[in-house]
Amino acid sequence: MTAGAAAIPAASIPRDRGLRRVARAALGRSYPRIIGQNRERSWLFYDTVLPLLGTIAFVYVYKALDAPDRFIGYVIMGGATTAFWMNVMWNMAAQFYWDKQGGNLELYMVVPCGITPILLGMSLGGFVATLLRATAIVLIGSLMFHVGFEITNLGIFLLVFAVAIVALYGLGVTFASLFLLWGREAWHMAELFMEPVFLASGFYFPVRALGFWAAMGTSLIPLTLALDAMRQLLFGSAHPAFLPVWWEVGALVALAVFFIILARFMLRRMEYLARREGRLSLRF
Amino acid sequence: MNSPAIETRDLVRTYRTRRSPGNPQAAPIVALDGVTLEVPRGEFFGLLGPNGAGKTTLIKVLVTLLLPSGGAAKVAGLDVVTQAQEVRERISMVSGGESSGYGLLTVREQLWMFSQFYGLPTKPALARIDELLQVVGLFEERHRRVSALSTGMRQKMNLVRGLLPDPEILFLDEPTVGLDVSAARDIRAYIKTWIGDRPGRTILLTTHYMHEAEELCDRVAIIHKGRIIASEAPEALKRRATGGSYFVLTTEAMNGSGWLSELAGVQRVDVRSLDDRTEVRLHLADDGAIAGVVKALADRNRRILSMQKLEPSLEDVFVQLVGQRLEEADQGGRGP
Repeated sequence: MTAGAAAIPAASIPRDRGLRRVARAALGRSYPRIIGQNRERSWLFYDTVLPLLGTIAFVYVYKALDAPDRFIGYVIMGGATTAFWMNVMWNMAAQFYWDKQGGNLELYMVVPCGITPILLGMSLGGFVATLLRATAIVLIGSLMFHVGFEITNLGIFLLVFAVAIVALYGLGVTFASLFLLWGREAWHMAELFMEPVFLASGFYFPVRALGFWAAMGTSLIPLTLALDAMRQLLFGSAHPAFLPVWWEVGALVALAVFFIILARFMLRRMEYLARREGRLSLRF
Repeated sequence: MNSPAIETRDLVRTYRTRRSPGNPQAAPIVALDGVTLEVPRGEFFGLLGPNGAGKTTLIKVLVTLLLPSGGAAKVAGLDVVTQAQEVRERISMVSGGESSGYGLLTVREQLWMFSQFYGLPTKPALARIDELLQVVGLFEERHRRVSALSTGMRQKMNLVRGLLPDPEILFLDEPTVGLDVSAARDIRAYIKTWIGDRPGRTILLTTHYMHEAEELCDRVAIIHKGRIIASEAPEALKRRATGGSYFVLTTEAMNGSGWLSELAGVQRVDVRSLDDRTEVRLHLADDGAIAGVVKALADRNRRILSMQKLEPSLEDVFVQLVGQRLEEADQGGRGP
């Protein structure tokens, strides 16, 4: 570098502000996640084949019991759903732990767009990447075990999926805000929420089997109602439904609104506390 | 635009601690202890001090990462507590030893991602990234993954990230720490050029390299144990180191040098071992005292390999103010 003769770039570039900047920042942050799918192809093995092995174990349990074929479909759908839950817990909630370790979090906190568009971008990128993984799990599982899905109403199916994803990533942002203040402690929380949720949300069985009140309690996790509604739409009256589909859609909309409001409140509160306690830059 | 770039009044920042055998009362750590300073726009201001002196804490308060525990701080005339968002529109920060970003992205992609957080439209942002990469000599590496960059290259990329939004006030927290001599020189040269070409832009640099502060800064504040103990232009600071002469001698290797400080006119001795030689830095009451030192060395059959009279340096000012060399103070660092 010859600094003395350096060609200094001309005047500042006019910046977008408001919603345009929010959109730019979200797309910018989603980019590493989306491009990562192409750059690190080992995910095909680690994030698709390995989770599928766990799912296949449940398939053989149902096969050994001579359960109806739809149970195999339940299990494969549950396996695909685990990809979203794992993404929310480890790549949304816990991401700030890694970002703090690497020094990104400090930079995210001092950029003018604020932390919300960055989380939005993490959600968007995470969703796109996970959708690919989940689709791969459903395709491979269905081909291996000859599972047929019959969507009775595609519009409602997509609505349930979309609302559930909004609620789920709202929950993810809420958890992520905890990582602003805590590190290892929040990590334990993330671990605590893995296996129990596989059980509580009925990933591998119809959630009604838990009993009405237990299933009501676990419906706070958006995947519980989403899985039940989607199974009803895929397997029709053969599925032992927990609640009617439209009730579940309504509850999911309420959860989505609730988690978005909660996430916004928690982010503001946790950012303030983290600045007060000096936790944005302390590494653990 | 008439407000100072940076202004603090009695700024205090403490950290809570946990009870431990060495700290049974859980006494808080005082990282900033009533810091008052004013940096006018357009100034290259240096904050010099040992590890744990409070330099990084001060930067973190100013860039809105930390809330002050007491006092007030303004950046570009805006309060860092109540107007944090407006402050962030005007600043940028680059820290030394930063490993930020994502290794799977290329240099250009990484910088583009950050440009989006500032709302820069893609086309001009990419053009500016390319221009800046050329200036810092990284243009050929623009398609290389960040994970494959050397430490020096990475820090140049971080500097480009900091300059990308063309901030009014740039905060540089030990930007050359851990870099080799050549990379550090490059970084310093570019920073100097940047502010020289942009009247009205301000840089606050923290460093514990005396020569860096001396070379770059219009004004330097020395911070120790959370307090600003001096703040002036480097030349003015050096004029403080009056009353005495400074010499550096290189002798054959010596075991034990305590006797040197007992010689008449010797006020301070700092000794450094260099392979088969010893470097002795002396602060004497006056030039005449050096004769006694030379004689004493000759009496002990210690050959003098070189001798030089020095102008007082910032290091000497630091020693006079703090009573320790910077390296000694570093070992007593206390901040988090």
